[in-house]
Amino acid sequence: MILLLLNIAKTHLWSRKKQSAIAGAGVTFGIASFIILVSFMTGLNSMLDGLILNSAPHVHIYNEIKPSEEQPVESYFNMEKNAYQIHSIKPKQTKNSIHNAVPLIKQLRLDKTVKGVAPLVNAQVFYVDGSIELNGIVKGIDIEQHASLFSFNDYLIEGNSNDLKFYENGVVLGAGIANKMSLGIGDVLTIATPYGVQYNLRIVGLYQSGLAELDNTQSFTSIATAQKIMGQKKTYITDLYVKMNDVELAYDKSLEIAKKYNVHAVDFRTANSQIETGTSIRNMITYAVSLTLLLVAGFGIYNILNMLIYEKMNDIAILKAVGFSGGDVKTIFISQAMIIGFVGGLIGLGLGYAVALWIDYAPFETEALPTIKTFPVNHDPKYYVIGMFFAIVSTFLAGYLPAKRAEKIDPVDIIRGQ
Amino acid sequence: MVVLEAKNINKYFYDPVKFHALKDISFTVNQGDFVSIMGKSGCGKSTLLYILSTMDTAYDGELTFLNQNLTNTSQQGLSLFRNEHIGFVFQFHYLLPEFTVLENVMLPALKLGKKTKAEIEHDAMEKLRLLDIEGQALKISSRISGGQKQRVAIARALINNPSMIMGDEPTGNLDSHNADNVFNIFKDLTQELKLTLLIVTHDKDFAAKTDRIIEMEDGRIIK
Repeated sequence: MILLLLNIAKTHLWSRKKQSAIAGAGVTFGIASFIILVSFMTGLNSMLDGLILNSAPHVHIYNEIKPSEEQPVESYFNMEKNAYQIHSIKPKQTKNSIHNAVPLIKQLRLDKTVKGVAPLVNAQVFYVDGSIELNGIVKGIDIEQHASLFSFNDYLIEGNSNDLKFYENGVVLGAGIANKMSLGIGDVLTIATPYGVQYNLRIVGLYQSGLAELDNTQSFTSIATAQKIMGQKKTYITDLYVKMNDVELAYDKSLEIAKKYNVHAVDFRTANSQIETGTSIRNMITYAVSLTLLLVAGFGIYNILNMLIYEKMNDIAILKAVGFSGGDVKTIFISQAMIIGFVGGLIGLGLGYAVALWIDYAPFETEALPTIKTFPVNHDPKYYVIGMFFAIVSTFLAGYLPAKRAEKIDPVDIIRGQ
Repeated sequence: MVVLEAKNINKYFYDPVKFHALKDISFTVNQGDFVSIMGKSGCGKSTLLYILSTMDTAYDGELTFLNQNLTNTSQQGLSLFRNEHIGFVFQFHYLLPEFTVLENVMLPALKLGKKTKAEIEHDAMEKLRLLDIEGQALKISSRISGGQKQRVAIARALINNPSMIMGDEPTGNLDSHNADNVFNIFKDLTQELKLTLLIVTHDKDFAAKTDRIIEMEDGRIIK
């Protein structure tokens, strides 16, 4: 039965190839542009997110300098009977290093949800060039951990990060500072610590994250060297970078770690909430533009079906006279709309994929992003499913109103009217 | 055997003014009858036919078809009933123009869905042969002549072996040669297949040759 109705729908469409093709083309362009937009936008999003998130820890553990939560006066006075006011609260003096960092690392590495832990030693320094001193941070890192967990080598534009292990005083310098100080690989960099001690480090690599702020201040050395710069012992670790197996668990894990080990732990979402906002706004724009395109395509289909039904009054009357019900007639016209939607949508997906693929291979080279060679495109099948869903739903809606009208046509009016 | 019975059928039109189109129409049609309804333009004969055909349901009175009361049947039920029991032939041929002659004839049977497609196709060829038009079976229906179209329409009306064939001026748009042809076909159908025919016409010659004439004037049956 439904096959018969579909066959009638198909014949109607086939006998008006041009009209059907135009209606289908509307859907095709709507869906294709949705696919292109969404794959490009989400590709761009994940690239931008990746810039920060690939090198950022999912959970960042460190000691935060802050005032004591409970001031001594609170335990002395009875809060219920007395009021007190403290002026000029100062942060509590604590060590910069994480207490018992080495056993903590061991514990975290046993955790099944944790992919890896990379220890860090942050050292506040000045880069010295003659009489000029530039603010900077030297990060002592475990190069193997950082390379495997945080794709450190992706951002290395010159040199070899493994040299950090072999040269005792090796340093990987941010490209921004290297430029400012006209330094290259093999040159010697002089740094001064806030305590007035100077060190000479040999440059073994140049690093560019694409974020100017970092490239102008950061450099990397081995943990041992950073500890030496700070004048601290082997257990001095200021930060732990934790990478999770599942990013979504980062927030819960950060709470758990903070509670269990009495340290400060922040997940990446809390630390980078502005990125998420940008992402969601870009997604919103993508969907808004695509829906508008589909709406226009939908109106096209609506118009064409309305005209078709006007032309087909006689056919509708005769179908009803020989025993097709109003519902059958409605099905015929809705399925015409949906055939247009399905075929147009499928072609749209194909066209969208082809263009997205072309964009994917188009060269895109920029100084700021050394790891990017072509435009970022995301070929997630999820968006193809959504696109098809849009195509079917929008054509269904566009077909529904005209089909409803066809359902209501009184055959007697048509047959008598002749 | 009574095939169709109409009891006190009244019909009003409300647009543009209230108009009493059919006044207390009561009559019966027996199996095998070849009945024609005659009358001047506007006497209500077509209006009556569309009520009898179950397509128009806005009337007062009672309509019984094969002992089944159709006055209170749902639209869906009426569609099924028409499909199975009534064949239509109109003044204008009303074939689906994009389909072939054969497909047009098969359509009501495919809707009924009681036979396989192969059986229906066989039946349809049979009906086309009966009407001497099987040579046109595979042509697109908009490409054949008016007289041929009307014969195809009759073949389509016959495909489900209905209890009754209703016609609204089936010869009105044909020249006298083709009109005679169609009449002879109808005559043969009543005699050979014992079909019941109810034909609205204002063609006196056509009506004169039928078994029974119902004459209408101003919404009443006068004879």
